[in-house]
Amino acid sequence: MDYAIEMLHVTKEFPGIIANDDVTIRVKKGTIHALLGENGAGKSTLMSILFGMYQPNRGEIKVNGKTVVINDPNVANDLGIGMVHQHFKLVDIYTAAENIILGREDKSMFGPLSFANASKKIKELGERYGLYVDPDMKVEDMTVGMQQRVEILKMLYRDSDILIFDEPTAVLTPQEIDELMEIMKNLKNEGKTIVLITHKLKEIKRVADVCTVLRRGKVIDTIDVASTSESEMAKLMVGRDVEFKVDKKEHEFGDVVLKVEHLNVKNARGLSAVKDLSFDIRKGEILGIAGIDGNGQTELVYALTGLSKVESGKVYLNGKDITDLSIYDHYEAGLSHVPEDRHRHGLILDFKLKENYIVHSYDKAPFCKHGVLDNKEIDKYASRLTEEFDVRSGQGIETIARSMSGGNQQKAIIAREVDRSSDLMIIVQPTRGLDVGAIEYIHNRIVNERNKGRAILLVSFELDEILSLSDRIAVMFSGEITGVKKAEETNEHELGLLMAGGHSNA
Amino acid sequence: MLKKYEKIIIPLVAIILGLLVGMLILLVSGLDVGALFSGLLQGATGIKSGSDLNLRYPGELLVTAIPLIFTGLAIGFAYRCGMFNIGADGQVIFGSLCAVSFALLVPLPGPLAAIGTLLAGGLGGAIWAFIPGILKVKFNISEVVTGIMLNYVALYGCNYFIRILPGSTDTKTAEIPLNASLESEFLSSITNNSRLHWGIVVVIIATILYWFIIEKTSFGYQLRATGFNKEGARYAGIKADRSVILSIMISGFLAGLAGSMLVQGTFTWGRILVASESYGFDGIAVALVGGCNALGIFLSGLLFALLSVSETILQVAGIPREIGQIISSSIIFFVAIQYIIKFFLDRSFKKKKRAVSSKEEAA
Repeated sequence: MDYAIEMLHVTKEFPGIIANDDVTIRVKKGTIHALLGENGAGKSTLMSILFGMYQPNRGEIKVNGKTVVINDPNVANDLGIGMVHQHFKLVDIYTAAENIILGREDKSMFGPLSFANASKKIKELGERYGLYVDPDMKVEDMTVGMQQRVEILKMLYRDSDILIFDEPTAVLTPQEIDELMEIMKNLKNEGKTIVLITHKLKEIKRVADVCTVLRRGKVIDTIDVASTSESEMAKLMVGRDVEFKVDKKEHEFGDVVLKVEHLNVKNARGLSAVKDLSFDIRKGEILGIAGIDGNGQTELVYALTGLSKVESGKVYLNGKDITDLSIYDHYEAGLSHVPEDRHRHGLILDFKLKENYIVHSYDKAPFCKHGVLDNKEIDKYASRLTEEFDVRSGQGIETIARSMSGGNQQKAIIAREVDRSSDLMIIVQPTRGLDVGAIEYIHNRIVNERNKGRAILLVSFELDEILSLSDRIAVMFSGEITGVKKAEETNEHELGLLMAGGHSNA
Repeated sequence: MLKKYEKIIIPLVAIILGLLVGMLILLVSGLDVGALFSGLLQGATGIKSGSDLNLRYPGELLVTAIPLIFTGLAIGFAYRCGMFNIGADGQVIFGSLCAVSFALLVPLPGPLAAIGTLLAGGLGGAIWAFIPGILKVKFNISEVVTGIMLNYVALYGCNYFIRILPGSTDTKTAEIPLNASLESEFLSSITNNSRLHWGIVVVIIATILYWFIIEKTSFGYQLRATGFNKEGARYAGIKADRSVILSIMISGFLAGLAGSMLVQGTFTWGRILVASESYGFDGIAVALVGGCNALGIFLSGLLFALLSVSETILQVAGIPREIGQIISSSIIFFVAIQYIIKFFLDRSFKKKKRAVSSKEEAA
């Protein structure tokens, strides 16, 4: 069979790191080829090279058997290579059709844009591949799944035959993931070639034919998906055995730690984002908040932690009203917070690792005496956390946080927040973008804290994570809780319906 | 290993390159390159072949350096806290006005007058810096835009007030009382009657405090954290808006002290300015070359002062005085393009390493 893409002995070096080390992959025409690897394994770099965003130091690229030099994304487009980026590149206020033809408009010299041909082609493409999109709908009014379909149509409209999907399911609901998988299969059946970048084994198992595993910039193996189990793939990716199940024992919950009553919060644009929420969490309990990104979870967390103002309602921590306290006093009341955005909130990226460990306690003994920092104490503390939580970095506690990998940055934040031993932990997206090895570790840490009797509010957009960690699960949709379920009494399907705004009894 | 010394190596390379540019221009113009170095040596130490050691030169060098170091510290402090205080120039001018007004209008006994005048200048600068600070926090207006505009307001506004102080002429105010000035007979006498004043002690103390506050205190930690990532600092429980305003006010205080130095030391009166003397802008260069750390700023302040005081010496030796400015501009240029210097340093460093490792392999 012919190869659509051959990347032979590709090496790409960045200062101080070899992102791709003599990587060879061959993608057969009409197949779905998965690229699996941990963060920083070099998947995205490799695809960026194929898409013309980086130039390799060494190596050869062949498309449909011909050696090519791709030094610009436009060249890639002309070769029939299209990419669906993780963060969509769409113009919000344009309609689907306008977005799709952008850059390829039919127009007479002075006349208005003509959509007649475009609309016809979009319709045809949609029917052929099962990509249903209303061409006249504005992107800002679409669900994320629909936006992704627009992105796919954009590639097809440009006659791309080779489609690269960069972590396409990160933002989708389970139902939308199902649909996407169907679409990918349709595309394959119509003769398209697909490269799927992901670290989700389940998805590979569902759609891919072949999978190339990358680790630290090198190809570890290229395997036949049908005859390889998920745990074997995980082992190839991480380099050791990975435990998928979290060891969580049944236990009695204690007193109520967090009590939220009729909470209303507005978002940055002044619109109501959290509507009349009430819930509580007990000692030793993990309450998972499931839901699609943008349904009020962020605003809820901001309100609970004092980062934004509460419109109305009350928040009690250990019976104390903390609704209107300052951020500082929230922490004093016994709260720790693993924030959603580790770069915006979680870390001061230009600070050293050790300085990042003390962001809440820099002004307290033993780190600070009479306003003067005690570097010995800080170093001692930082070394202990680094060792205990296995935070790895180039220059130890002196490393600038910016230069650490995402997984280790997250471990550092978890270390800091866990070590504060607060009664209530608010943990948001603890494993976003992390690989299975780091996820396993962080999940165990979270459950460990639960077992010690902390109350934990876990917000995640990953249903698997919510299901495997939570004791109870509340689903948020459009600022409201559409259902609260016990973790062992629900499943992905039911939660998925709730996340999309349906009701479980409907 | 290279990273560790980068902060020192890059400015040094820039200074050497800057001097090379100066030499090259002299060579091309057919002028005496040696005179450049003997001129700089004389400006720095007072040593001149064929004549007696004259300590007046280093004395005057320090007089010129003092306000430069203060504005360098001002810019550096703001920069470390995530801000670009381009309004330092206006803060120097307003600080001068406050200092001279205090000295002339508030008679105090003994050294209290000098201390009061000093603080009046600093507080003036801090108040002038408060305006861009509060505008930044409340309305998210860039401190660069407001700073530049306030420079003009300060320049023309202060001229008016200087003119109406009792005893002012068309060009300057009356002389400030002796006990409000920082003049020192002792310092002057050991430097062959230069204008060297007690400000040198003040600037050394300020430099040490700068280092201590930024690097060693929880207060400095808080300001730096806010400067790097305001949202991150807010998340950590730091009152970020307050930190922003305090940072720029401390920066303004340091710039205001530069104004006090001009009033109490360099001159002993306030002056009506036709145009900005650009102490604030020179401070940007000083801070940049000094890498925004305390000792670096102190040394780079001395360097820029040297290039400026050497101009007259060079002119006497038949070298156009502009050469000093050419050199200092080149140095700034080379520091500004430090990424290119870094690139070449990295490359030659790597080559060496490669050469070493291949030798090892061969062995």
